[in-house]
Amino acid sequence: SRSTAKLTDSITGVFTKRKLDDAALEELEETLIAADLGVKASGRVVEGFRRTRFGREATDAEIKGALADEIAAILGPVAKPLVIDRALKPHVVLVVGVNGTGKTTTIAKLAEQYRADGMKVIMCAGDTFRAAAVEQLQVWGSRTGAEVVAPAKDGADAAGLAFDALSRARDVGADVLLVDTAGRLHNKTALMEELRKIVRVMKRQDAAVPHSVLLVLDATTGQNAVSQLRVFSEMVEVSGLVVTKLDGSAKGGVVVALAEEFGTPIHAVGVGETAADLRPFEARHFARALVGLE
Amino acid sequence: MFEALGNRLQGVFDRLRGRGALSEDDVNDALREVRIALLEADVALPVVKDITAKVRERAVGQEVIRSIQPGQQVVKIVHDALVEALGGNDEGPRGLDLNAPAPVPILMVGLQGSGKTTTSGKIALRLRGKERKKVLLASLDVHRPAAQLQLEQLAKRAEVASLPIVAGQTPLQIAERAMDQARRELFDVVVLDTAGRLAIDEALMAEVAAVKAAVKPHETLLVVDAMTGQDAVNTARAFNEKVGVSGIVMTRVDGDARGGAALSMRAVTGAPIKLLGAGEKLDALEEFHPDRIAGRILGMGDIVSLVERA
Ligand SMILES: Nc1nc2c(ncn2[C@@H]2O[C@H](COP(=O)(O)OP(=O)(O)OP(=O)(O)O)[C@@H](O)[C@H]2O)c(=O)[nH]1
Ligand SMILES: Nc1nc2c(ncn2[C@@H]2O[C@H](COP(=O)(O)OP(=O)(O)OP(=O)(O)O)[C@@H](O)[C@H]2O)c(=O)[nH]1
Ligand SMILES: [Mg+2]
Ligand SMILES: [Mg+2]
Repeated sequence: SRSTAKLTDSITGVFTKRKLDDAALEELEETLIAADLGVKASGRVVEGFRRTRFGREATDAEIKGALADEIAAILGPVAKPLVIDRALKPHVVLVVGVNGTGKTTTIAKLAEQYRADGMKVIMCAGDTFRAAAVEQLQVWGSRTGAEVVAPAKDGADAAGLAFDALSRARDVGADVLLVDTAGRLHNKTALMEELRKIVRVMKRQDAAVPHSVLLVLDATTGQNAVSQLRVFSEMVEVSGLVVTKLDGSAKGGVVVALAEEFGTPIHAVGVGETAADLRPFEARHFARALVGLE
Repeated sequence: MFEALGNRLQGVFDRLRGRGALSEDDVNDALREVRIALLEADVALPVVKDITAKVRERAVGQEVIRSIQPGQQVVKIVHDALVEALGGNDEGPRGLDLNAPAPVPILMVGLQGSGKTTTSGKIALRLRGKERKKVLLASLDVHRPAAQLQLEQLAKRAEVASLPIVAGQTPLQIAERAMDQARRELFDVVVLDTAGRLAIDEALMAEVAAVKAAVKPHETLLVVDAMTGQDAVNTARAFNEKVGVSGIVMTRVDGDARGGAALSMRAVTGAPIKLLGAGEKLDALEEFHPDRIAGRILGMGDIVSLVERA
């Protein structure tokens, strides 16, 4: 991609057969900033680098490899797959996030994966607000073969629908219930309260649900992701992240800052628009892509 | 987490109170804070460099106005540089340009999920209402599940016509059918919504470029999310080079993102920011004011007016 090329150029230009001096470290820091790590996280990573490698001679590949290792060490502890507990029948996964990040598509991808693993999956079309959101999930239902619980009419109560979907999933012995929700900005109090209501109403049936709350983050998002994760976590106890649109030129570097500040597990990444385009989050791979190595 | 630039600079200048002119060292200290503030607001790095260079030029040697803090004075210089970079305050009309023979085509482009379809509905509502235009909405999105249905439902809400959905057509065929119908039925404006696409997706970028070549839209609007980070420059450059952009719409300004992407996009394309999306409802479409976005990027309140009064 374009940004990878630029990044490689800048590192090559600065580091080939060159000492890691202040100027070189500054370039390195800028590389990380341009990948959305943010000023603070970029500064910390480069400081670590300064302590261990300052003044040494190194080649382009060595530098990039070492930088990726430094970042992978931060991301390693949060790289955890989402494990479905088949004894729960159903394991309830609530999917939340700001508008347009890829919640509905991610639900389709998860459904596809779980069905391939032989699980019975039900999806709840809990976005009763946006135009054709229900129909969008219904198309994914027919493509993935997962049953969709949909509202009878437009503008139905999302919490009531989630409650019904949970009853249904329990009745038929589903392994997983994936609950879609309308996109909402975290600074909108009324909408965040509605999200809490979905959780509250489902809990009337089983206090242990939802077992997982996934926040879907768009890789093109910059520093606002920090505020998204903070508020969604406060409101609905986010248990893990999915980072979408990593097939584009955006690197999603803000998750390094998120890992340092919150330590929230990152389960998976979205790399396309089809149901097959979900991959496990892999710290080393992600870090190497971040510095332009793959 | 984010600190308004004014507060940041306060510390830098506290020791300086009572002196005459801003020295190069004072300015360097201040510029470090300016750089951080802009980067935290998601202004792209190359654009940050341009702006700090401009600010340095203007700030060194400035007389400190006695009645205000030097920090505020630098904020004012930064603010003015941002307003300028965003197109200035007296640039004339910034809304959509519909000055062409009817039916006037408007093409909506952008990354996945940026808000193209919703903005198409908002534009339709505005043109039908305020400007009494006869508007046709047409979805060229044969990609995303239920995308055409989404636009059809929005057209109903906006009380405008939408192009009948015909399965199996290519985006180019749909665009041509939309223009045919608009000519036949004397529509004033045709809004062509397209599927979201990645700037690095050569095939899909070529597809929308072909639509553009066939339809020759009077406006090609790049729809971008106010939460976009550093990649804004890559997106803007690619869409501008491969498709050509006549204006930018920034959505989700109802969020709490600082919106530095506006600066990046404007700097890379030179295209004006024409409209802001400020909500999910169809009436949540606003005019763009450079000074408001500049203030938002800097996270500040009324410091500017304070300086103006001093
Ligand atoms: N390239 C790419 N596009 C994606 C990915 N995930 C989702 N998308 C696209 O992003 C757009 C938005 O996806 P949705 O799943 O509708 O997003 P959402 O979060 O449900 O949106 P709202 O419900 O409106 O808030 C669609 O065009 C998807 O095809 C991904 O990993 N890569
Ligand atoms: N809060 C807020 N949400 C918005 C705004 N504009 C659009 N949205 C929401 O963002 C989400 C995505 O909007 P769409 O219009 O479907 O985006 P799109 O660019 O057409 O998406 P694709 O066709 O999948 O590429 C929806 O949930 C919209 O309601 C806005 O200005 N503010
Ligand atoms: Mg959705
Ligand atoms: Mg759309």
